[in-house]
Amino acid sequence: MRSVRRSESSALTRRLRSVAIEFWLPVLIVVLWWFASARADLVFYPPLAEIVQRFGEQWLSERFFTDVVPSLRNMLVGYAFSCLVGVGMGVVVAQVRVVRHAVEPLVHFLRSIPPVALVPLAILVLGFGADMKMVIIAFSAVFSTLIATLDGVRAADPLLGEVTKVYRISGRDRLFKVTLPAAAPQILGGLQVSLQIAFVVMITSEMLASTEGIGYLTILAQQTFAITDMWAGMLLLGVLGYLFNLLFTLAERRVLRWHIGMRAQATTR
Amino acid sequence: MTEVVAEPNTPERTEQRLVVDELRKTYGAGVEAKTVLDGLSFDVRSGEFVCVVGPSGAGKTTLLKCLAGLLPPTSGTSYLDDTPIDGPPEKLALVFQEYTRSLMPWLTVAKNVTLPLVNKGVSKHEMRKRAEEALDAVGLTDVPGKYPWQLSGGMQQRVAIARALAYQPEVLLMDEPFASVDAQTRFELEDLALSVRERFGITVVLVTHDIDEAVYLADRVVVLGASPCQVREIIDVDLRGPRDQVETKAQRRFTELRSRVFELIRAR
Ligand SMILES: Nc1ncnc2c1ncn2[C@@H]1O[C@H](COP(=O)(O)OP(=O)(O)OP(=O)(O)O)[C@@H](O)[C@H]1O
Ligand SMILES: [Mg+2]
Repeated sequence: MRSVRRSESSALTRRLRSVAIEFWLPVLIVVLWWFASARADLVFYPPLAEIVQRFGEQWLSERFFTDVVPSLRNMLVGYAFSCLVGVGMGVVVAQVRVVRHAVEPLVHFLRSIPPVALVPLAILVLGFGADMKMVIIAFSAVFSTLIATLDGVRAADPLLGEVTKVYRISGRDRLFKVTLPAAAPQILGGLQVSLQIAFVVMITSEMLASTEGIGYLTILAQQTFAITDMWAGMLLLGVLGYLFNLLFTLAERRVLRWHIGMRAQATTR
Repeated sequence: MTEVVAEPNTPERTEQRLVVDELRKTYGAGVEAKTVLDGLSFDVRSGEFVCVVGPSGAGKTTLLKCLAGLLPPTSGTSYLDDTPIDGPPEKLALVFQEYTRSLMPWLTVAKNVTLPLVNKGVSKHEMRKRAEEALDAVGLTDVPGKYPWQLSGGMQQRVAIARALAYQPEVLLMDEPFASVDAQTRFELEDLALSVRERFGITVVLVTHDIDEAVYLADRVVVLGASPCQVREIIDVDLRGPRDQVETKAQRRFTELRSRVFELIRAR
């Protein structure tokens, strides 16, 4: 009993310590920034206190609904689409050899096009609206997931394929209980890269061609020398980027609990 | 206590379940070609327990995979109930030699065992019952919620066996299923295999390179030669009484049969 409690409390201290190790540097930087910028009188580096104040005024107002929400919606719709298409196509292409040979070179070619290069064409075809952004976000983000899924499905142990054949596990059961879980570690790696790409493309597409959104307001602030507003925009983008990554990592840890446990076991054995 | 347990002479047991006819398997082609199975023929009667022994690398796994419909033979055919095997037959289960890799690391032990039953018209309740019974039979009652990689090698092997049992096959193929468990567990699992055969009347083909095990378990032992492998001999195991780890192995006949198999394997 006592040893159980002790191991629980030591787990807690270990957790606290790891949080402390993770956060001391960012916290220190923010504190330094706060005090250094408070005194400085530099045009391009307004005091952090002012940035935070503008952050509140700018984003925690109706702007939140007219600009932040549309940005996030475009990104999430585009990203969701790229996830579905990337994983779906990856699974199909990986399993049909003919299709794989036909599709793989094309995928690698398309992936190597920088997404931003497609913005002019996308504007021509789809205009300046939300559709254009969702399409270009989905298109840019899809390839990492697609390629990761292809690799993951192909790298799965062929013995598992034999097990599913002998025990006549087919269709959806095979897909959801064998094929996808076996490839999940790679697929999640791809999904994470796709998420980062979706975020970056959301911002750049708004900076290049938009009349609303976080990216648009941030670049507009820069162009109109509203330097504090620009900083407030950058701060929001930084915070959002961090949050997306955090949420993703938490979800990944849940989905891959078995994989993490298995790896930990393999290294301690 | 003295008569009839593994006598394959009762009428319902004499019909042939599995027929292997001139089975030949060559891996690769051209200069790379390697013939592994060189025209194997034997049959297995309904309800019979047949052990296949042969030296390492002879082609025992290849043979089982052909019988399971996983590998197409280069020539020759095997039949299950007079139907040529050209894909995994229904009601046939295979316990793979690489048991660790044959389990899904993302599923718990219980889920691994019931995976083959999902969407096969088996109710949730029935599934749970079968998993419990199968895990109980292999002596793993306290781990259904664990993941396979949290278990020792021998326990993982027993999960793989439980999965095959829960599937309730009519024909059970096992590829060196007891190779990685301690001696005590091994004897228990051997007796489990015998009792399962007895209880459900299933037909068992078990590959092993343990000669004692083959003679102890089998109604007949198929002895394979080194590669490219052919059937050296098929030996009827005419032991008295129900199999018992002590009594059976003390019989003079047991020792004779064992020596016979050993000589056959050693012969070049
Ligand atoms: N997919 C394959 N391609 C080419 N050669 C193979 C393949 N699978 C097996 N072999 C070869 O066939 C021979 C027989 O292999 P198999 O695994 O059937 O032997 P085994 O009797 O089961 O051996 P063990 O007792 O070690 O399990 C071996 O020489 C092996 O190298
Ligand atoms: Mg083998």
